[in-house]
Amino acid sequence: MQTALRTSLPETELASRANFAPHARVVREQRPVEAGLPLSIRGLRKSFGDNEVLRGIDLHIPAGQFVAIVGKSGCGKSTLLRLIAGLDKIDAGSISFGQDTQPEDIRVMFQEPRLLPWARVLSNVEVGLGRDRASADADTRAAKALTEVGLTDKRHQWPSVLSGGQKQRVALARALVSRPRVLAFDEPLGALDALTRISMQRLLERVWRDQGFTAILVTHDVTEAVALADRVLVIDEGRIAHDVVVNAGRPRERGSAELASLEASILSHLLSAEDRT
Amino acid sequence: MSLIDSISLPRGVRLPRIDGLIQWIVPLAIIAIWQVASVTGFVPTRVLPAPSDVVLAGWKLLLSGELVRNIWVSFWRASIGFLIGGSIGFAFGLANGLSQLSAKLTDTTLQMVRNVPHLALIPLVILWFGIDESAKLFLVALGVFFPIYLNTLHGIRTVDPQLIEMGRIYGMTDGELFRRVIFPGALPSIFVGIRFALGIMWLTLIVAETIAASSGLGYMAMQAREFMLIDVVVLSILIYALLGKLADSASRVLERLTLSWHPAFQKR
Repeated sequence: MQTALRTSLPETELASRANFAPHARVVREQRPVEAGLPLSIRGLRKSFGDNEVLRGIDLHIPAGQFVAIVGKSGCGKSTLLRLIAGLDKIDAGSISFGQDTQPEDIRVMFQEPRLLPWARVLSNVEVGLGRDRASADADTRAAKALTEVGLTDKRHQWPSVLSGGQKQRVALARALVSRPRVLAFDEPLGALDALTRISMQRLLERVWRDQGFTAILVTHDVTEAVALADRVLVIDEGRIAHDVVVNAGRPRERGSAELASLEASILSHLLSAEDRT
Repeated sequence: MSLIDSISLPRGVRLPRIDGLIQWIVPLAIIAIWQVASVTGFVPTRVLPAPSDVVLAGWKLLLSGELVRNIWVSFWRASIGFLIGGSIGFAFGLANGLSQLSAKLTDTTLQMVRNVPHLALIPLVILWFGIDESAKLFLVALGVFFPIYLNTLHGIRTVDPQLIEMGRIYGMTDGELFRRVIFPGALPSIFVGIRFALGIMWLTLIVAETIAASSGLGYMAMQAREFMLIDVVVLSILIYALLGKLADSASRVLERLTLSWHPAFQKR
């Protein structure tokens, strides 16, 4: 997989890649890759009434990869994510995870935190345990997930006293507590201010590297996409228009020339799609 | 207030006590002015007896046991009627909020019945039940039913659908979804219904006891009118006010206990 990804890199990035590559390999080896699930999508279609939103998506995501999906509004990126997460019914085609999955293996995080306002932070995280909610170690597991997102001291608070970023971190802990193997993000940072967003991006990257789940991030923010993902898919008119590999090492240097040039090329894809309409 | 804040008293000890007293300043002032007006003859005692006379009348009735008996009868009628009407209203609210079929089947009918003022049924109720206990219970239950029904229904229907979707994603069963998402989400609205219903409960009971009863506070007031005991009439009215306030306070305490998560109940 690694070699395949490398050969697809543009020639101009060879120099900087030489600096990143060794580090990247070390990180890869540390990660529990078996934790993630591979994802295969074949001929996926979805319509809402007369409006065909997805017109044949074919996609393979290797286990543990971080994929970002970008596209203009209404291009079908959120629909694709909802289908992957099993929230909507597929019209045609298939999505398979390579093996039987438990409901707890696949988790979604939305733009809104969707916390229960009448449950303390810790019980909100326990909701994420799914069928294990009633188990004896539910509290311990939820507390551990809260520690992972840095909110140990907020466990007995009501959600209403938390800031937007903290609420989203609780939502992340709730998604993580069942140790999912695929984690789908639907613009999870869209409603946050710029600074909070950057710290949340770092957190997402860290937990993804620690836990090795397959991550699928739908975002309208191309900077965010190239900062986090191994691979960026550009969706246009219900199809995958571009499949761009981001091979910068991790942790990534925000605003580096390498990421900036990638970002510019993805933006030009998006803008050309915009001009056509 | 700012003076008290600036003195370093432990917060939450002195302040609530003073806050709690503030609300009684106006009623006490009214009673004081009333007493002065009566004593000086500014208000003839035939129109309005002095508060001291009302207290005296209350004391006599208390000693004879009549007061306690009548209050108890009224309180019993109010609570039983409230429980019956409230539970039926709550049950219909749940059923129609959760099931489309049930809503289609019964909501239109209930909305039609709702537009009949329940006190207009008094003549019919007297024909049906006489001046029996069941007449009063029926009227109170009917009056209490609608605010609780409407607000329970509204509460359930307005639970955030995103939270319900979240619950489903995280594998909640229908029972869990109800217990952890729908019911707590509907609770603030249900409490609005309860407080409305408490007001209607007293109103209905006063009217029903005044017109058709042989015991209770309303009956006591009507009896007193027959014998021109104006102090007892005023006493009954005051007791109604006090009981109403008591019921409202009880529902507030309950609200505060169950809605402690709500931002509106977190200050103070």
